[in-house]
Amino acid sequence: MELITSILAIALRAGTSLVYATIGETYTERAGILNLGLEGIMLMGAVCSFATAYYTGSIVLAILVALAVGAAMAAIHAFLTITMRANQVVSGLSITLFGSGFASFLGQRLGPESNNHRLVGLVGPRLKPENLPWLSDIPVLGALFEQDILTYALYVLIPLAWFYLYKTRNGLNLRAIGEDPQTADAMGVDVFKAKFLYTIAGGALVALGGAQLSLSYTPGWSENITGGRGWIVIALVIFSMWNPARAIWGALLFGGINAIQFRLQASGTTIPAGFLNMLPYLTTILVLVAMTFWESLSKRIGAPAALGNAYMREEK
Amino acid sequence: MNIHFEKRKTLSRKALVLVPLVSLAASFVLTGLILILFGANPFATYGAMLKGAFGSWRAWTETLVKAIPLMLTGLGVSVAFRLKFWNIGAEGQLTVAGVATAWVAIFWSPWLPAGLLLPVAVLVGAAAGALWAGVPALLKTSLKVDETLVTLMLNYVAILFSEFLYYGPWRDPKGFGFPGTAPFPDAAWLPRIAGRAHAGLYVALVAALLLWVVLNRTKWGFELSIIGNSQRAARYQGIAVERNVVLAVLLSGALCGLAGSFEVTGISHRLQQGLSIGYGYTAIIVAWMAQLNPLAIVPVALLMAGLLVGGDQVQMVMGLPAAMGLVLQGMILFPMLAGSLFAEYRVKVYKNPAKAAESRAPGGA
Repeated sequence: MELITSILAIALRAGTSLVYATIGETYTERAGILNLGLEGIMLMGAVCSFATAYYTGSIVLAILVALAVGAAMAAIHAFLTITMRANQVVSGLSITLFGSGFASFLGQRLGPESNNHRLVGLVGPRLKPENLPWLSDIPVLGALFEQDILTYALYVLIPLAWFYLYKTRNGLNLRAIGEDPQTADAMGVDVFKAKFLYTIAGGALVALGGAQLSLSYTPGWSENITGGRGWIVIALVIFSMWNPARAIWGALLFGGINAIQFRLQASGTTIPAGFLNMLPYLTTILVLVAMTFWESLSKRIGAPAALGNAYMREEK
Repeated sequence: MNIHFEKRKTLSRKALVLVPLVSLAASFVLTGLILILFGANPFATYGAMLKGAFGSWRAWTETLVKAIPLMLTGLGVSVAFRLKFWNIGAEGQLTVAGVATAWVAIFWSPWLPAGLLLPVAVLVGAAAGALWAGVPALLKTSLKVDETLVTLMLNYVAILFSEFLYYGPWRDPKGFGFPGTAPFPDAAWLPRIAGRAHAGLYVALVAALLLWVVLNRTKWGFELSIIGNSQRAARYQGIAVERNVVLAVLLSGALCGLAGSFEVTGISHRLQQGLSIGYGYTAIIVAWMAQLNPLAIVPVALLMAGLLVGGDQVQMVMGLPAAMGLVLQGMILFPMLAGSLFAEYRVKVYKNPAKAAESRAPGGA
């Protein structure tokens, strides 16, 4: 019991950044835009929010900065792929390459002089878990209520994101854009504006996922703090079949792997750490293979039909 | 005002050359703004970078040291990119090749004739790179599993595996606890040409030339370009799409693998930390900036290597982060992508909307 509770608690903490990014990317992909720049956006969100928190002491401001940075980077992707019709894969890759380079630059430059201008090794304000009275005493599920505010916010965000997508007019329009932009256009939806909007909003959420890492999960800045999470999220969007409500399962799966890794390492297992650390990446591949296999059995997994295509109004 | 895009029948040749050059300039300007923001003088910084990368014989040789793996990985990913197979696993292919080469160099040396040790080690390395790329290629062609994610995930797996080896079973017992294998026997050392620059340069140059010939002058190259344009069209013409994609990706992985084999036989002479330092990712920028043209990859790789070496120098001379070079590289692709629009489309701006409609009508729009 004790063990399950603690694994669940760690899994949630580890999975929180993944949920933010998964929901963000789900919205972006629902608008027909594939953004492979997540890794770079998460890194930028992590470094900028940590620097902000370090200098101002304000976590709120740090989160706002992360949202703004994510939005700005996604706006570059939106401009390149929507306005300039650049290849979405290559544009996303460039966002990641630029983001990781720039985040590394900032990490070596934004720090105080006493630390040789570096951010690495600094201790800044961090989010602390707050146990909710009563709820955190529930056996096992109490783990859900000994988290920090960014995880609690998910309990609101997930249903909201689901509701917006499936139960509102705007959500219907968004799904139409991803399926068939021509028809959506004919329905009177401003396709270009919507694509921009959801790409930018998605990027903001992705950067928030990065901020959760440097403010809460692994507080502080270290090079490559994301460790490929941005890429894992792309697989998680497929795993959740582009439904924000299911984002939590993938995050729990990967968060759970992290938690089990910790547990095994702490228990002094004979399995080398290197192999344990491979688990998230191998699992991602397995998830992808399983989902593709599932789809090949003609089970529709719900990929937006127009995902990845540049939309041109004149093309008939 | 009305902006209208007209698809060109062939890519504009002028744009193909101009766009990368303008993008490079734009990247320098944009990064210059960042430098000013951080209180550094961009001219002084760029001057120091230039001097650090190309200012002396030693600088040149160090730039070549980084240019060799960038050429090979750049060539590797460009082969796959031509087929719209997004191999972003060059880093992993390079790493497993380093591991395989180290395996041969260390464990086969007792019984393999000394003269064969180096060539066999390098070939086994390239084969390992090919196999590592072959996994996502087969998953893609047989099950349609997205190759971007699989190639990337395998990077982490390869790097963790190599770390496991040189921290664990392969660690040099006489290495004073330093993580790395024992040094390779002399027979497995790649000859050096100048400074630390090694004979891998010749292989990279020959590979670029051969690849250009294969892609532009052979039937197979022609088939690949058809597949790259449209898989459906290729199938109509009876081209074995799946088999050719797998073959091309194996070639891609082998080229990336060569880079890794040369790193361990030519530079470090052992498997150790620092094999994976991001060449496989910079390769994407190299390939794209060279517009996937093998011959253009050679100078572009040299330039990108210069940015990396220059970045290191700037850190030493001016106290600016070495990641400077990465920022410059990352910035290049944005204007490149925006500019590719002009290579593919003729952009017409009409002041008068009526006229625009009129000129569009005959096109059957």
